[in-house]
Amino acid sequence: MQDDVVIRVVAKVMIPAVMLFALYVQFHGDYGPGGGFQAGVIFASAFVLNAVVFGLNKGRHVWPAHYNLMGICGGVLIYGFTGVAGMAFGENFLSFNVLADDPIAGQHLGILLVEFGVGLTVAAVMVMLFFTFAGRLSHNRLLSKSDAHERRLAPKSSPSKEVTK
Amino acid sequence: MSGFLVNASLIALLALIAILALRLHRLFAVVMLSGAFSLVAAAQFVVLDAVDVAFTEAAVGAGISTVLALATLSLVPAEEKPHSISLVPAFLATLTGLLLAVAVTDLPNFGDPKAPIHNHVAPEYIIGSEQAIGVPNIVTSVLASYRSFDTFGETLVVFTAAIAVLLIIGGYTRAPRRAKGKRKGSQDAG
Repeated sequence: MQDDVVIRVVAKVMIPAVMLFALYVQFHGDYGPGGGFQAGVIFASAFVLNAVVFGLNKGRHVWPAHYNLMGICGGVLIYGFTGVAGMAFGENFLSFNVLADDPIAGQHLGILLVEFGVGLTVAAVMVMLFFTFAGRLSHNRLLSKSDAHERRLAPKSSPSKEVTK
Repeated sequence: MSGFLVNASLIALLALIAILALRLHRLFAVVMLSGAFSLVAAAQFVVLDAVDVAFTEAAVGAGISTVLALATLSLVPAEEKPHSISLVPAFLATLTGLLLAVAVTDLPNFGDPKAPIHNHVAPEYIIGSEQAIGVPNIVTSVLASYRSFDTFGETLVVFTAAIAVLLIIGGYTRAPRRAKGKRKGSQDAG
């Protein structure tokens, strides 16, 4: 779709707006509808749109593969450690009252961190799912020649190492 | 009356889309219909004042899962395989549907203040969340604070599913291992 100037220009305008809206949904979830799950999905859809319009390689350039595991694990860890922080201050797991000086501020901080963890995990999972599925597609049909060559070589090279052992 | 009309037309639209999706064999149209189904369901949730659920349904159901289904669609044939209706599953599905329809008559009326679900912990959430948590959106305070364990579990489910997808089709270690396995297999055979 890179040749279509309308789609390209509209996508360029839309992608920052989508990401900004995702951040709004993420951090405004305390006051209006929204929260980590929705914000994560919307944030991921910006990267999916980027990859759909400008091609998988440019999409991977913006979101490299190692972001996947960092985001997926990082979000769960942020959530978990927010819970453990409550234990460190002598309360139960995931009790936010003790995170700040007064309980309300603690709750606000805890909810913010927890929602951020959820959003990070969901965003990374969604982008990862799209790239993984689309990657299989390009593996079969659309892969650029050099890339395909490398991938085809990869499984063959390991048995030859085995032989030398 | 207008509320009834809106609800009835939305439900009828949902049923229509579901039947169309069942009858069509072109998978592209089915994916588009499932996106439309999610969008109509989101509208229904808005009518029921469940904006958070509607938001999730619109973002996940109509948005990202349609994209993922389209990505999957490019890997599979465009048409569903023709198959005849088998009797036993059809009978079981009809029976289950009838049982559920009978069970619905036992449910309390919609919005009934005496319904058990509105008298267990919900009053405490609605009255107490202002003082205890101070977040205007009660859905967020329930989701992230009162039921933080639940949400942690959900996040872990998403995490586990993602790791499973990565392990199965992510291609991290797949190609070398399979080659090794084949090689071993051939050596065993030889």
